[in-house]
Amino acid sequence: MSLLASLQEAIYLLVTRDPYVMDIIMVSLNVTGVALILSTLVGVPLGAFLGLTDFPGKPIVTALLYTGMGFPPVVIGLFTFLLLSSVGPLGHLGWLFSVKAMIMAQTIIAFPLVAGFTMAAVMAVDQNLIQQLKALGATRAQAAWAAIKEARIGVLVSIIAGFGGIISEVGAVMLVGGNIEGKTRVLTTAIVLETRKGNFGVAIVFGIILLAITFLANLAMLQLQERDLFAR
Amino acid sequence: MKRVLMAVVLILALLVAGCQQGENGAPAEGESLILATTTSTYDSGLLDYLLPEFEEANNIEVDVIAVGTGQAIEIGKSGDCDIILVHARELEDQFVAEGYGTQRWDVMYNDYVYLGPKGTAEIVAASGSLKEALEAMVEYMEAEGINFVSRGDNSGTHTKEKNLWALLEGRDVESEDWYLSIGQGMGDTLVAANEMQAFTLTDRGTYLAMQDNLPNLEIVFEGDENLFNPYGIIPVNPKKHPHVKHEAAMKLVEFFISDEIQAKIGQFGTEDFGQPLFFPNAR
Repeated sequence: MSLLASLQEAIYLLVTRDPYVMDIIMVSLNVTGVALILSTLVGVPLGAFLGLTDFPGKPIVTALLYTGMGFPPVVIGLFTFLLLSSVGPLGHLGWLFSVKAMIMAQTIIAFPLVAGFTMAAVMAVDQNLIQQLKALGATRAQAAWAAIKEARIGVLVSIIAGFGGIISEVGAVMLVGGNIEGKTRVLTTAIVLETRKGNFGVAIVFGIILLAITFLANLAMLQLQERDLFAR
Repeated sequence: MKRVLMAVVLILALLVAGCQQGENGAPAEGESLILATTTSTYDSGLLDYLLPEFEEANNIEVDVIAVGTGQAIEIGKSGDCDIILVHARELEDQFVAEGYGTQRWDVMYNDYVYLGPKGTAEIVAASGSLKEALEAMVEYMEAEGINFVSRGDNSGTHTKEKNLWALLEGRDVESEDWYLSIGQGMGDTLVAANEMQAFTLTDRGTYLAMQDNLPNLEIVFEGDENLFNPYGIIPVNPKKHPHVKHEAAMKLVEFFISDEIQAKIGQFGTEDFGQPLFFPNAR
């Protein structure tokens, strides 16, 4: 199948809302969306805290965070698998081979990215501003919120990085999700499956859909960023 | 700020819609059963052909985890699935003997074939016995600098491949330069062998199903009784893992060994390939 034919096929499947393809897209969006929200909720406050506060042992925490940013996702997948396996410590939850397990692994993969980039962005905010705010009687939380607002472009980039990490992940979700049709099959694992079967055409179709979703999501987030740039 | 808020709300709304769609995809009522099986039964399309009937009749949804036999058995041992359908007789018997599975039932068999680059069939198949064929293959690979691609993933096919190499007494093929262990599923391995124009061992079903995508390969040796490949189904033992759905698993066993489904297994593939991919043998 040529690339053009694949593109046509991709559009056809999307327009006709082919149920198999729609299921895969919906599971992808579900996992990515929830994991991104969770990693933002954990990562942004953590990054802001680390960027604004000095405490003993901070270099070690920072080094751990940076390690987390470059940690092989498949190792996190393996770790999550063993944790959730019925003989593992969290086995009683019964989450293995479910969307919940995938969200868990993806959150662990993405939150260090969000926290790390947020930390860098917050650290770049003018220290005088924060000093002044504190002098004017702002609480620590208020000063942190002001710093995050000031560093919002950097924070947005951190969320974009987290999104990129999640949507492109394949090894970990394959392990903990099991690639079950209609339940835990996402775009990346569907690509692996179709390639394994030698259906390169279908695999490329999924690849195109994945690229399109990533592009649209980034475009939407960039819109926010640019509006912000012009507003300055 | 208003626009930012609106965008955030919009994204959230989309996500929520996504979540709901995802949940709707699965039927709310009814049980679900996790079947850990091999890539060969899934990638060939056999399970997609058989299981809907079971799901409808029993209102049990079957979640298929398609991995190598090695991983499927490990998933069974840790109680992370309810039933396994695999093909590595020794490992299966051990699984039952160690108490992880209740009992093993014959379901079907298919056979293995050796594949090689186009044009090598005359060289290898000319040999009479499997042992001679392996010797001819090794000689040819060494002379021509051609590789043998192995699954290398402890799957049933990999286990079988290792047992067959033992026919070349004392030869440690895994340390040879031409031996490539790629650690992937059957489909990946065939794709790799096709790209490298290498030799490999595959089950006939996966080969027939993928033949159109494998223009560089042909069957170089087949038909020896050592190349027999029986599949067994084993429910995970509820005495080891009380949470497994044993009752539903037993329904699946009865389904697979029923006369009607056995006949369906024997017909699967005849339309597309002119020959069956699996031969029922539950008796």
